[in-house]
Amino acid sequence: MTRPANGSEAMSEPHHGGDRPTPRTVLRGARLIDARGDHGVHDLWLAGGSVEGVDLGGDAELEIDARGLLATPAFLDPHVHLRTPGQEEKEDLASGLAAAAAGGFGTVVSMANTDPVVDDPAIVADLVAQAAALGRARLRPAAALSLGLKGERLADYAALQAAGAVMITDDGIPVVDSHLQRRACEYVRELGLVIQTHSEDPSLRQGGVMHEGAVSHELGLPGNPAEAESIMIFRDCEVARMTGARVHIAHVSSERGMRVVEWFKAQGAPVTCEVTPHHLTLTDEAWRAFDPVIKVAPPLRTADDVAYLRDAVRRGVVDCLGSDHAPHTRAEKDRDALRAPFGLPNIEVAFPLLYTDLVLAGDLDLARLLELLQGGVARVMGWPEPTLAAGAPADVVLLDLDTEAAVDPAGFLSKAKFSPWEGRALRGWPSMTLVAGRVAFDRAHA
Amino acid sequence: MGAATPAAGSPPTKHPRHLLDLAGWTAEQVHALFDTSDVMAQVMTRTIKKVPALQGFTVGTLFFEDSTRTRLSFERAARAQSADVISFAAGGSSVSKGESLKDTLKTIDAMKSDLYVVRHPAAGAPLQLTRWTDAAIVNAGDGRRAHPTQALLDAYTFRTSFPGYAGFEGVELAIVGDVAHSRVARSNVELWTKLGARVRLCGPRTLLPDELGERPGVTLTHRVEEAVEGAHAVMALRLQTERMAGGLLPSLAEVRERYQVNRARMRLAHPDALVMHPGPMNRDVEIEGVLADDPRSVVERQVANGVPVRMAVLYTLLVGSR
Repeated sequence: MTRPANGSEAMSEPHHGGDRPTPRTVLRGARLIDARGDHGVHDLWLAGGSVEGVDLGGDAELEIDARGLLATPAFLDPHVHLRTPGQEEKEDLASGLAAAAAGGFGTVVSMANTDPVVDDPAIVADLVAQAAALGRARLRPAAALSLGLKGERLADYAALQAAGAVMITDDGIPVVDSHLQRRACEYVRELGLVIQTHSEDPSLRQGGVMHEGAVSHELGLPGNPAEAESIMIFRDCEVARMTGARVHIAHVSSERGMRVVEWFKAQGAPVTCEVTPHHLTLTDEAWRAFDPVIKVAPPLRTADDVAYLRDAVRRGVVDCLGSDHAPHTRAEKDRDALRAPFGLPNIEVAFPLLYTDLVLAGDLDLARLLELLQGGVARVMGWPEPTLAAGAPADVVLLDLDTEAAVDPAGFLSKAKFSPWEGRALRGWPSMTLVAGRVAFDRAHA
Repeated sequence: MGAATPAAGSPPTKHPRHLLDLAGWTAEQVHALFDTSDVMAQVMTRTIKKVPALQGFTVGTLFFEDSTRTRLSFERAARAQSADVISFAAGGSSVSKGESLKDTLKTIDAMKSDLYVVRHPAAGAPLQLTRWTDAAIVNAGDGRRAHPTQALLDAYTFRTSFPGYAGFEGVELAIVGDVAHSRVARSNVELWTKLGARVRLCGPRTLLPDELGERPGVTLTHRVEEAVEGAHAVMALRLQTERMAGGLLPSLAEVRERYQVNRARMRLAHPDALVMHPGPMNRDVEIEGVLADDPRSVVERQVANGVPVRMAVLYTLLVGSR
């Protein structure tokens, strides 16, 4: 797809940041869509890491044939697990950020539940520096709410922010101590950082490995009731209202939980929420196959919950999507249902999956889906709205909305090469992702 | 194998390759299995309790959870048909915490068995194993999910002990106790309703979720008298004492008072009703001690029938399908 205008060898590797100047690039004949609207087919010019403008003249160092493709700002993901530092057998920055770019994402927020935990400014700074050298998606680390994710003592939020942390969360481990949650919110409020919560009450969740309901009782697997989520969402929203801190509820999975978020939003509480691709497309019925690949927390719920989440997406109650891309090794997922870890990889299929199952199915407008992956995330994070306007960062994804292809986990750039959607025929695959004006992913050379 | 050949044991349609649960089995296939069990039971009455039916086959027992009686019963059933038996006890510390189920199976499978008898604390583990071996899998109990051979031997015991109801039509089975955590209850519900019986499940709400009553032929009650009234068989389930610590039950005394299967309550049942228990029993907890020794109790017969029923299962899966 890429054709260097100077006739040199086609590039198959991303440019690495720093030393080399960003090539002046033109995306020829793309249909341009951003938050301002559908601008029709144009040539989009990128220079110096920014959008230069449309239909300009002059020489391009890199010509990209984008005819038939949709060009839109690269996606943002407020919720990924890149397993670095310490769990690189599951994912590392190179694989995780390459996978993100392959999914059309230009920026991802990495969670802090690593080993060691991201509760130290030096770790944050190191992650940012390592990621910048890779030339894939941009990394914006989240930092822990409590030291060591132990739920006991506050982390050094200001120092973590100064080192590059953009979010505070113990994601993966619910904060049990309501007093600690309150103090964290109070302290973080003045820093302007968003606090993200993994809202599940561990004492009600117990050892549940799947949604508690007719299917769990039939299959004899320990259940995790939706009320474990809704009760904790209530606590987290109430603390947000009480303290005025910006609280983002991660991966709302149930109708009950979403209704609580709606109730607080209606009162003007400073809360936002996300849903994941898997909670919008899979149900607890998937457990009948007993493949722990679909073991996630919070668990896959019922078809009624999925319908309610989709409706909440349409009605604008849901602020954004969060992939909760959570890779594990194949061996870990080959354990039994009780011992396999929670989490599944999905960042490379998130857009095609939602485009096919929601947009093509007539459930959602394309513009709304894009908003959930662009402006919606930016508003949650307090970032500028991504657009293709001149001067905006040259973070662009080219989407092929026409070609149907089956999900092939063997071809994932993530280290986690398995998927509950293996073999599903999907449309909407990203062809190319540019970050800061450089090619971070090119399907033709992937 | 001459006269011992269970010719009656060929089902009208092809039965599933594995016995993971009873979902894929028709009532006709189950009755055919019971007919084979009759032949096997006859073998067990002979002086020489051994036939060459499975000579040359190797049965592996793979127990990821401790069990004495089920494992002994399967091994007896295999050896009585001249199969070789290899045993792997993975309970406790012998399987390192990190080893995947797949790796454990692959290690054992390298030693080549034709069929594995698997018990595992996690529901679905035997089904997972079918993806990684060509051998047949018999589920000997997976978590709370299923224990199909226990249900088969329970129903077989009823069929051979309650004349006039061998067809199971109109039969009422009461299962009393910790239904929520019981694979025995789940498999018996699946099997007895398939055979035409109705099942009443009884226990406190903490041990009997409403969703278990959604299956056709199943009713729920929280009063043991209601469950037992007119029943043809009453099955008491073992009550694990850790249920008290887990906050699911009040005192033992209260449970005994409200849910024990005893002589007084059995007066409400059908006059010929059988008293059943999958074992091991907590005498004078879920079942009155003297009732377990009463002529109505078939608890020992259940254990005895385990061998011919499991012989029939092994024979049907290894030979019946060829």
